[in-house]
Amino acid sequence: MNRRQIWLTLITLTLFALVPPLTSIFGQPFYVDLMARIMIFALAAISLDFILGHGGMVSFGHAAYMGIGAYTVGIFSYYGIDNGFIQFPLAIAAAALIGLIFGALSLRTSGVYFIMITLAFAQMLYFLAISLEEFGGDDGMAASRSKFAGLIDLNDSNQFYYLVLACLALMLFILHRLVQSRFGMVIRACRTNEKRMQALGFQTYRYKLTAFVIAASMCGLSGALFANLNEFVSPDAMHWTRSGEIMIMVIMGGIGTLIGPVLGATGFLLLEEYLPEWMEMFMTDAGEHWAIVMGPILIVIVLFGRGGIHALFARKWLARGNGHG
Amino acid sequence: MVEPVLRMEGLCKSFGSLIATDDLHLDIAQGEIHAIIGPNGAGKTTLVAQISGELRPDRGRISFAGREITRLSVAARSALGLARSFQITSIFPDFTALDNVALAVQAHAGHSFRFWRPAHGDAALRQPAGEVLERIGLGARANEPAANLSHGEQRQLEIAMALATEPSLLLLDEPMAGMGRDESARMVALLQSVKGRLTIVLIEHDMDAVFALADRITVLVYGRAIATGRPEEIRANAAVRAAYLGTENASLDSAADANA
Repeated sequence: MNRRQIWLTLITLTLFALVPPLTSIFGQPFYVDLMARIMIFALAAISLDFILGHGGMVSFGHAAYMGIGAYTVGIFSYYGIDNGFIQFPLAIAAAALIGLIFGALSLRTSGVYFIMITLAFAQMLYFLAISLEEFGGDDGMAASRSKFAGLIDLNDSNQFYYLVLACLALMLFILHRLVQSRFGMVIRACRTNEKRMQALGFQTYRYKLTAFVIAASMCGLSGALFANLNEFVSPDAMHWTRSGEIMIMVIMGGIGTLIGPVLGATGFLLLEEYLPEWMEMFMTDAGEHWAIVMGPILIVIVLFGRGGIHALFARKWLARGNGHG
Repeated sequence: MVEPVLRMEGLCKSFGSLIATDDLHLDIAQGEIHAIIGPNGAGKTTLVAQISGELRPDRGRISFAGREITRLSVAARSALGLARSFQITSIFPDFTALDNVALAVQAHAGHSFRFWRPAHGDAALRQPAGEVLERIGLGARANEPAANLSHGEQRQLEIAMALATEPSLLLLDEPMAGMGRDESARMVALLQSVKGRLTIVLIEHDMDAVFALADRITVLVYGRAIATGRPEEIRANAAVRAAYLGTENASLDSAADANA
């Protein structure tokens, strides 16, 4: 991450931090939940960006780990254990364990096969969740918000919001360090030329698997937060279209930039939220066909906006820099 | 004769009905530059892949430094001190020249499960990497992204990465590929400067370079070693001359004259 990305990250996080006071001034508390949702997906997106953008591992089943995190919270809640100090670490651990198993098998393949096998594993979990009648099957189940006794009260939407923001900021910082460490150098170089890395003496499989598990566990955290936000978990959280959405956020924001996917998640979810409304303005009942407009927007971004939203900022700042010089 | 560093015994490899390596026996002696030449399709690339560990031979065994390595992975062979360069330049274009070499140093500086300290400020990697770059003549280009280096410089960087792993055997797959006359001459000088300190197996088409550098030459035709010997023996060998008919024959002759 270069200096520009660090500034962009700090500015973005500051803007996120300003959301609760601003919405209370304008009397629009609804936005706090929307922005919390955006940050939760941003968390999932940066974890995917770590292995996809920096490690070159195109995991098409990332929603699975979000689902594992969500279901861990949901199942504990179902059995009356709503202690967050138990739920959250176990949600992360469960996602890490599943990531270890899926990763260990998937990473024996590469290219299209890797994409397909990660997708297949995620779908497996999706259908497993549907078959669990005890936990609501298809319909999902309710989950009460986690209790962090004496620390914060998640039933207060502002406190919940700042917990999500703190998680996002912490994970951005951790990934930022990770990418630049010795470990990060290995992961990034594997993306460019894994064969060369092996010839240099790196046992690349171990490093890639470790990165995969780190990403899965971070995504598990986002899932635990997601269950808290909705007070509900359902198999939909793991459906392959969800994995696709997370990947679109990464691509839309800018692969391999960390802060890019945060912007991508913001853009994607805001569009998803407001596109139907805007379309209603032009034509009655057009709103439900919002995907017809969303699709072309995504295609245009992928075709012409190489580097995503992040590149947009980068280019602008670059131009200004030249102006001074 | 002293124990060879690298020994191939009865190596066989075929792809369907195509026999790429045919009962190959070859000993590489400590400290020599051993060139392997042969017409296109002689099985040089397949042989490199088997020595480096990318391909498993169908039959036969390979031993390195007195240890059988036939079944070891690429990375494990590298850990034992077998480094290689690639025919197609294999560097990390987004990284600077120094980063590239530092990565090679890192490969042999213990495990890389170090998650927190930035690798860029790590003197334990940067300093040895800088020294290798200086030695190889790329010191001034250290902070240049590798993509910006000229083709010749990239080939040098490739060698620098191999050297930075402090190997005992260097397997060079056409290091002069795509080089101009000047660049080739510089590469020959570079390899001469490391000669004797480590063993080099050199696969090369450039006969001037081969005859300037090699202590011994093996000629490969249809996966078989038809001759192994000192350069002057190879030049005089009738079977070798038969294998290099036409223009290739001429280049063999001109190389012989140049080094006479």
